[in-house]
Amino acid sequence: MTATVAHPTTPPGADDSTRAILTRNGGTGGGRRGRGPKPELSPGQKKALKLARALVWPAIVVAILVTQIPFLVTIYYSFQNWNLMRPGSRGFAGFDNYVTVFTGGAFMQSLSATVVITGSSIVLSVIFGLVIALLLNRKFLGQGLARTLVITPFLMMPAAAALIWKWSMLDANVGMVNWGLSVVGIDPVQWNTDFPALTVIMVLTWQYTPFMMLILLAGLQSQSQETLEAASVDGAGPIRSFVHMTLPHLRQYIELAVLLGGIMLLQVFDPIAIMTRGTGGTKTLSYLLYERAFVGLEIGEAAAYGVITVLLTILVASVALRLLFKIFSSEGAKS
Amino acid sequence: MSTATDTAVSAAPRPIPTRRRSKRMRHRASSAALTVFTWVVTLGFFFPVAWMVFTAFKTEAAAATKTPTIFTSLSFDRFAEVLDRGFGVYLLNSLTASVMSTVIVLLLAIPAAYGLSIRPIIKSQDALFFFISTRFMPIAAAIIPIYLLLQNFGLLDNISALSVLYVGMNLPLAVWMMRSFFSEVPLEIVEAAQIDGANFFTELVRVVLPIVAPGIAAAALICFIFAWNEYFLANLLTSTMARTTPPFLGSFVDGRGQFLAVLSAASTLAVLPVVLAGWLAQKRLVTGLAMGAIK
Repeated sequence: MTATVAHPTTPPGADDSTRAILTRNGGTGGGRRGRGPKPELSPGQKKALKLARALVWPAIVVAILVTQIPFLVTIYYSFQNWNLMRPGSRGFAGFDNYVTVFTGGAFMQSLSATVVITGSSIVLSVIFGLVIALLLNRKFLGQGLARTLVITPFLMMPAAAALIWKWSMLDANVGMVNWGLSVVGIDPVQWNTDFPALTVIMVLTWQYTPFMMLILLAGLQSQSQETLEAASVDGAGPIRSFVHMTLPHLRQYIELAVLLGGIMLLQVFDPIAIMTRGTGGTKTLSYLLYERAFVGLEIGEAAAYGVITVLLTILVASVALRLLFKIFSSEGAKS
Repeated sequence: MSTATDTAVSAAPRPIPTRRRSKRMRHRASSAALTVFTWVVTLGFFFPVAWMVFTAFKTEAAAATKTPTIFTSLSFDRFAEVLDRGFGVYLLNSLTASVMSTVIVLLLAIPAAYGLSIRPIIKSQDALFFFISTRFMPIAAAIIPIYLLLQNFGLLDNISALSVLYVGMNLPLAVWMMRSFFSEVPLEIVEAAQIDGANFFTELVRVVLPIVAPGIAAAALICFIFAWNEYFLANLLTSTMARTTPPFLGSFVDGRGQFLAVLSAASTLAVLPVVLAGWLAQKRLVTGLAMGAIK
C-alpha cells in the first residue's frame, strides 16, 4: 500500500534507481518481490500490518503536502509567462521559459559556479577531514577536548560563520588572515572582491571538514586493530598499511561522506547571499533562482530554473542513493 | 602516518631488548611531535570561533585594529548593546520555530519509524525511499509556490507557517535516523510484549520508547540544530514580527561605523545554544547525521 502511494510522488528519476536497487537487494527482505504469492498472515499479523501502515501514513501525507505538491506547482509555473510586475499579462508560455534559460548564458555560468564551489568544497573538506580524523584517532593528551573543538565549525550557524569570516577573518584591513600573512611578509589581499569564489569555498570547507571528519573517524574506529598489528609485526610500515588496508576499508565511509556532504552543499545559499551576493563566479543555481524570482519577479523563468535544478539534483542523487542503499543494506546484512 | 603502530606499542608495554631501545625513543619523539601537530591543527581550526568570542568582549575600537589587540579591557557591554537592539525577540522567534517544528516532527516521525521498523511484514524500503528522496530535492524548487501561497493567505512573516516548512525540511531526516534506532530493538522484546497482550500503543510507549529514547533525543537535537541555523526560508518568508536570528545577524553590519565587536557578540549569542548542545551530544550526532548508515 505504501509502495503504490510512494512511487507516483517520488521525483521521476529516483524511480528507476529505486527499481534497480530493489531488484538487486530483493533477497534481503522487503522490496517488491514480496508482492507475489503472499504468505498467509495470522489475524494478529494482519492487524499489526494495518496499524503499521496507519502509523506511517501521517508522515507521508505531510511530506507530500509540504514538499511534493509545491514542486508540481513549480512545474506548472515553469510553463507560464508570468512576471509579478505585469499581473495582467499572465498566460501559457509553452517552452519559452526553458528556451530563455538555455540561451541566456546565465545558466551555464551558474552551472559551472555550482560545480566549482560544490566540488572543491567537497574535495577539500574530505581531504582535511581525513587528515584530522587520522590525527584524532591516536591516543594523546586531551583527545576528547580536541575532538570537541574540531567539530565546532559544523555546529556553528552558517549565517554567523559567513559574517565572522567575511568581516573578522578575511576583511582586507582588519582581518586576521591578512594580519597572519603580513607576519610572513605577504601584502594584504582583497579576499572578498578579488577572490569571491575562493572565500565562499574557504568558509564551506571550514564548516564541512568536521562533518567529513566525524564520518571518517567512525570508519577508522571500526577497523580491526588486530589486523593492523599483525601487519606491523609482518613488517608492513605505517604508510604501506595505510594505503593497502586503511584506505580500502575507508572507501565506503568516504563515499558516504561525499554523498551526504554533496546533498547539503548542492543546496548551499547562506554564505553566497551573505558574503558575495552572487558576484564573481559565485552565482550558484539556487542563488540564481532566488534572484530571478524575488528580485526580478520573473516567476515563470525562475520556476524553469527550479525544475532544471531538481532534474540535475536527481541525476546526482540517484547515483548517490544507489551508494547509500548499498552501504545501508550491507550494514544491515552484517548486523 | 604512524597512527596504528603507535597505539599498538603504547597499549602493550613490555620489556624491550636493549638494541630496540633507541627505536622506541625515536617512536616517543615522533609521537610527541605528532601530538603537538594535532593540537596546532585543532587550535587553528577552532581559532575563528575563539576569536569571535574574544572580540565580543572588546570595545569597537579595540576590535577594529590592523594588528590584533590581545591585552585590552574586556566587558559585557557589547552583549548588553546587542540585547538593547531587541535581539531577545529574534532569539525567542528562533526558539519558537525550532521547538515547534521539532515537536511536530517527533509526533509524526516516531510512529512512522516504528511502523517502518516492523519488518519484514511491511514493504518499508519503498516508503523509506520516498522519505529520503524528498530530502534530496532542493528547497529552491518548492519555494515559489510556497511564497505565493503564504502571501495570498497573509501568512508571510508568520512563525507558525515557518515552523510548518521546517517540519517538511526535517521530517525525512528524522524518519531515517529513527528507523535505524528502532531497528536496533531486539525482535524478541517486541514479540514478548505482543504475547503479553500489550496492544500496539502501550507496546510502543512501555517497551520500545525507553530503548530508543537516546536515539530520539539525538534526532530531536539534529532537527533543532537545522531549524535553529536555517537561513534561506527565514530570510525570505519573515520580515519584522517573525524574523529569526540568522537573517537578523546581518543587520549588525554597519556601513558607516565600526561594528566588529557587536557583530561578534550577536554571533556568539546566536551560536551558543546549538554549539553547547552539540558538544554534549557529539557521539550521537555521527550516527544521526550519517542517517543510520554508520552505527
